Amino acid sequence: MIKRSISLLVVLGFVLIFWKMLTNWLPMTDLHGVAKEYVSREPDELGAVNVVTAIVVTYRGLDTLGEVSVLFLAATGVALLLRRRGKKIGAGKRKRPSSEFLQTGTALLTPFIIMFGVYIFINGHLSAGGGFQGGAVVASAMLFLLLTFPGYKFKHTVLNWIESISGASYVIVGILGILLAGGFLDNRILPLGEYGKILSAGAIPVIYIFIGLKVGTELAGILENLKHEH
Amino acid sequence: MTIVLGIGFILMLIGFWGLLTRRNMIKMVLSIAIAETGLQLIIIAIGFIKGRTAPILNSDVLKLEGVLKVVDPVPQALVLTAIVIGVAVNALMLTFIIRLYQQKKSLDISDYRAMKW
Repeated sequence: MIKRSISLLVVLGFVLIFWKMLTNWLPMTDLHGVAKEYVSREPDELGAVNVVTAIVVTYRGLDTLGEVSVLFLAATGVALLLRRRGKKIGAGKRKRPSSEFLQTGTALLTPFIIMFGVYIFINGHLSAGGGFQGGAVVASAMLFLLLTFPGYKFKHTVLNWIESISGASYVIVGILGILLAGGFLDNRILPLGEYGKILSAGAIPVIYIFIGLKVGTELAGILENLKHEH
Repeated sequence: MTIVLGIGFILMLIGFWGLLTRRNMIKMVLSIAIAETGLQLIIIAIGFIKGRTAPILNSDVLKLEGVLKVVDPVPQALVLTAIVIGVAVNALMLTFIIRLYQQKKSLDISDYRAMKW
């Protein structure tokens, strides 16, 4: 009981803090400082239509590299902790296969979901979207496959190679930025092209394709590792 | 946007309350996820400016006068990062729970006292 009342006190303290924050909050009316600079300089400087993409991939590109590393470390941690210790789990009992509807629907829809994911990460610099979102959509197609066909095995060599090559290429593109343009992960190593076209904004689409492939394969790996433990 | 900010704060409070009172580890992870969602809503709401559009400069007007027409893009970029890190951390926490459950067949946090001081 005493624990419960301490918890209540702590939460009430947060209520007080949040209430003060909520009542004293003044909505923003203008862009200031760094946001203003980003929005006004970005179209001429980097040529990406989506300002959020320009910030994530180029202005704050190093943070995104760190983010991708955190995701990679988490995926590695999951794989390491759930490593199979030789024994087969659930190999003895046969499960009822999924229904005809689910199987046909999955076979029909999976390629389109993957295509949609790829569309999202290729168009990341033009519309709302990008590598992380597209990668998550690709991984959801993989989840769909795993739910319908529990015995489905991904080709691990292919997944690992895609993941490693896209991760390494991301860093190489970043280093090319130091050598050929203004700094690490600078997108102006490729011509900026015509504003608003798919082949524009320099290296941003290239980087987002690598990020999308890497995130998609990594999340698929996490899902498959978690699937084995049922 | 005050409403969204309020919903964000309420979600964070629900998450904190769950984290402090639940003993089931999966529920604790869910509480962290709820608090995370609240925080993301708050950050997005802070960057919102009334009457403005998304920071996608897809017309000439927006390209020239974007500073006067779009909301703050920096919080949105931050939340994108926060969501991805949140997913990774949640997956890792659930994996730890799976391993702990395989050791002791219990999901109650008070059954694991080996690291308690």
